[in-house]
Amino acid sequence: MNDQTAPQGSPGDAASQVGTDRVKRGFADMLKGGVIMDVVDPEQARIAEQAGAVAVMALERVPADIRAHGGVARMSDPEVIESIQSAVSIPVMAKARIGHMVEAQVLQALGVDYIDESEVLTPADEAHHIDKQPFTVPFVCGATNLGEALRRIGEGAAMIRSKGEAGTGDVVEATRHMRAIAGEIRRLTTLAPEERAAAAKELRAPLDLVEEVARTGRLPVVLFTAGGVATPADAAFMMQLGADGVFVGSGIFKSGDPAKRARAIVEATTFAWDPQVVAKVSRGLGEAMVGSNVSGLEDAERLAGRGW
Amino acid sequence: MSARQDGATRVPGEALADPAGVRADPVDAPWGPSRAAGSGHGPARPTVGVLALQGDVLEHLRLLEAAGAHAVPVRRAEELDVVHGLLLPGGESTTIGRLLDLFALAEPLRARLAAGLPAFGTCAGAILLGRATTLDDGAPSDQPLLGALDVVTRRNAFGRQVASFEADLAVDEVPGGPLHAVFIRAPWFEALGASVRALATVTTAAGDRAVVVRQGGLLASAFHPELTGDARLHERFVSLVREAA
Repeated sequence: MNDQTAPQGSPGDAASQVGTDRVKRGFADMLKGGVIMDVVDPEQARIAEQAGAVAVMALERVPADIRAHGGVARMSDPEVIESIQSAVSIPVMAKARIGHMVEAQVLQALGVDYIDESEVLTPADEAHHIDKQPFTVPFVCGATNLGEALRRIGEGAAMIRSKGEAGTGDVVEATRHMRAIAGEIRRLTTLAPEERAAAAKELRAPLDLVEEVARTGRLPVVLFTAGGVATPADAAFMMQLGADGVFVGSGIFKSGDPAKRARAIVEATTFAWDPQVVAKVSRGLGEAMVGSNVSGLEDAERLAGRGW
Repeated sequence: MSARQDGATRVPGEALADPAGVRADPVDAPWGPSRAAGSGHGPARPTVGVLALQGDVLEHLRLLEAAGAHAVPVRRAEELDVVHGLLLPGGESTTIGRLLDLFALAEPLRARLAAGLPAFGTCAGAILLGRATTLDDGAPSDQPLLGALDVVTRRNAFGRQVASFEADLAVDEVPGGPLHAVFIRAPWFEALGASVRALATVTTAAGDRAVVVRQGGLLASAFHPELTGDARLHERFVSLVREAA
């Protein structure tokens, strides 16, 4: 579907192209400095839009509930997604299971703006991720380190988010993953050119992408953070660690005053380097989500280990 | 990366390994040295702000430097006071509009626009500059706007992300052949006021629609000139800033 001509309703010019890397990655550029919020119904989606979210992630259950309920977590009911699409004018994202290309095809057919191939859902393939290149819709994928991020980009991901540990309200894993990605990028930029091939082997990542990161000092796509962000200070912390923006899942609608907390997290993300602003917006937010310590989770309860 | 020692704010998208980023070293920019430097009248290197509340700020800072301006991010009223022109980037217009209100930038910005501040809006920035906007189905939207540019924008006019596209586009007042234009969930311009000139149009199933417009020192494009590294539209804007200064 790459490089196909534009569909009806777009310019009749035969030279116009949809689904190119530039269009997919460029869309993520427009989200930079913003907050993407998990929502489960149109009412939450409107609260998120009013609070200044740059996009919403349409779900049946937020990660904290997926954790609590157990069972197999799958793509959301198209009715849920469509009801959210018609409620807001900001972009609507939705999740597909790792490797489940048919869920992704369905989401593309529904016209979602971005697909998250997500470890929060139960993986459908234990060896392979979706081949994302042939899709017109762009994909965001999770990563815990630089090698994983570059493998996903090699498969066609147009945006990366550090995984964190979704549904916990504990930011420690997001910190670990952001530090791993940023630290490995810094290390690559210090290598002699002839050392990069060995680094690519070590990272299990495509050499051309390793070369690009070594040259530019950043990923070739936008890098957001996700998993465990619950407060304005958490969001600002992630921005200072080098994130281009923040996903907030359970942290907003599992808290005492979602509308107020959502606004506060948006403001703290924009003014991440200004402690006066972060202090101001952190006042009187009510209860944060209770959460669970990642260190108390069994291995089987950890989502970040999913994906390869 | 830890917080910068000098307290400066990282612009999202900047390198993680070289915090000084490209802004400190625009000579290495792949689009090469400016063709605009020293041309026109007014200050040789005007200060042009990029509204840096959300969106693709970094790309615009780079291209404005390449176009011969001194480019600075603007988040506060005191930063707005010192610029000769302002660029409003792409992003989410609802988000940027809300943050403008929240941080008391909307009123000072409306006042400066009313006093003739040259401005360039791309995509979301163009929507913010307009006097009114509608949703994709033509229903009016009540989001906060700046109202300086006498147009009505239609948001997501070409469709959702799966309909986002790139194409070559001839633009009046921009020499050197067609621009490669990247449209992302793009708006178009309707109900152009008498003082507004359409500089480029796209043929759609609904007829020809304006995608670049100018009204005096106000320039607006529905697409993203900053995503291709071609600085010609930024050069046109910097020349408008020089003329106004």
